[in-house]
Amino acid sequence: MENLTTQMAGVPLNHYIYLCAIIFTIGVIGVLTRRNAIVIFMSVELMLNAVNLLLTAFSVHSNDPSGQVFVFFIMALAAAEVAVGLAIIVMVYRNTKSIDINVLNRLKW
Amino acid sequence: MSTQVFYFVATLSIIFSLMVIFAKNPIHSVLYLILTFFTFTVHYVLLNAQFLAVVNFIVYMGAIMVLFLFVLMLLNLNKETEPSKSPLIKIVGVVAGCCLIVTLVGSFKAASINSPLILKNQGLGLVENLGKELFGPFLLPFELSSLLLLAAMVGAVLLSKRDEVEA
Repeated sequence: MENLTTQMAGVPLNHYIYLCAIIFTIGVIGVLTRRNAIVIFMSVELMLNAVNLLLTAFSVHSNDPSGQVFVFFIMALAAAEVAVGLAIIVMVYRNTKSIDINVLNRLKW
Repeated sequence: MSTQVFYFVATLSIIFSLMVIFAKNPIHSVLYLILTFFTFTVHYVLLNAQFLAVVNFIVYMGAIMVLFLFVLMLLNLNKETEPSKSPLIKIVGVVAGCCLIVTLVGSFKAASINSPLILKNQGLGLVENLGKELFGPFLLPFELSSLLLLAAMVGAVLLSKRDEVEA
């Protein structure tokens, strides 16, 4: 384990930034192109995870554990968000018999 | 050899996350999302953030994904009931995403941070170090997050309970 992580020194920080930017963008594309509410929710999870990885990379880069504590809080928040969100989706399905978000356009008014 | 591990895992996570949003069947999306989270766990191990790797494994791959899979099975969704947007909207969405990535990459190029990632302190991501930080300066947010989880639990039960007056 120890020599594996010391050998990791070769990866530049901006490659982590590019990886996280790509995965965040994939999450954004998922939100924009899908109509299934649960898949949209999964894309949001993807975006949260990209941010988590970037926070960890910056935390290692600047030798500061606060970044990893923030990731821990984001994970707690994501768990709470998923519980409430899926409860709302089940509720919507029970009332409209569909999880197509276009059914919900009445919420505009 | 070691930096190759990072690039290999990074490629895998990009491929799997693309599969998440392009899979037609929602069940396949959830399974690919589990694989994506597994590659993220490997990233955390490579960064020597072992506490976060374990938490990511348990919370995301254990709890959250089981919840997603359970709801999908409960609602009995499959490919036939899957709503899909018109091709025009899909193309516009992908073009908007490409614009976002071009903007992000361009701004990071302008910032030009290319110093290599060096782990100065081997024990940075271990439980001992993070526990001291969590119960020291971050004690109030930690307690508040317990309130947040309690509120989420009560809210989820309240929302998914059937309304007896209406039914």
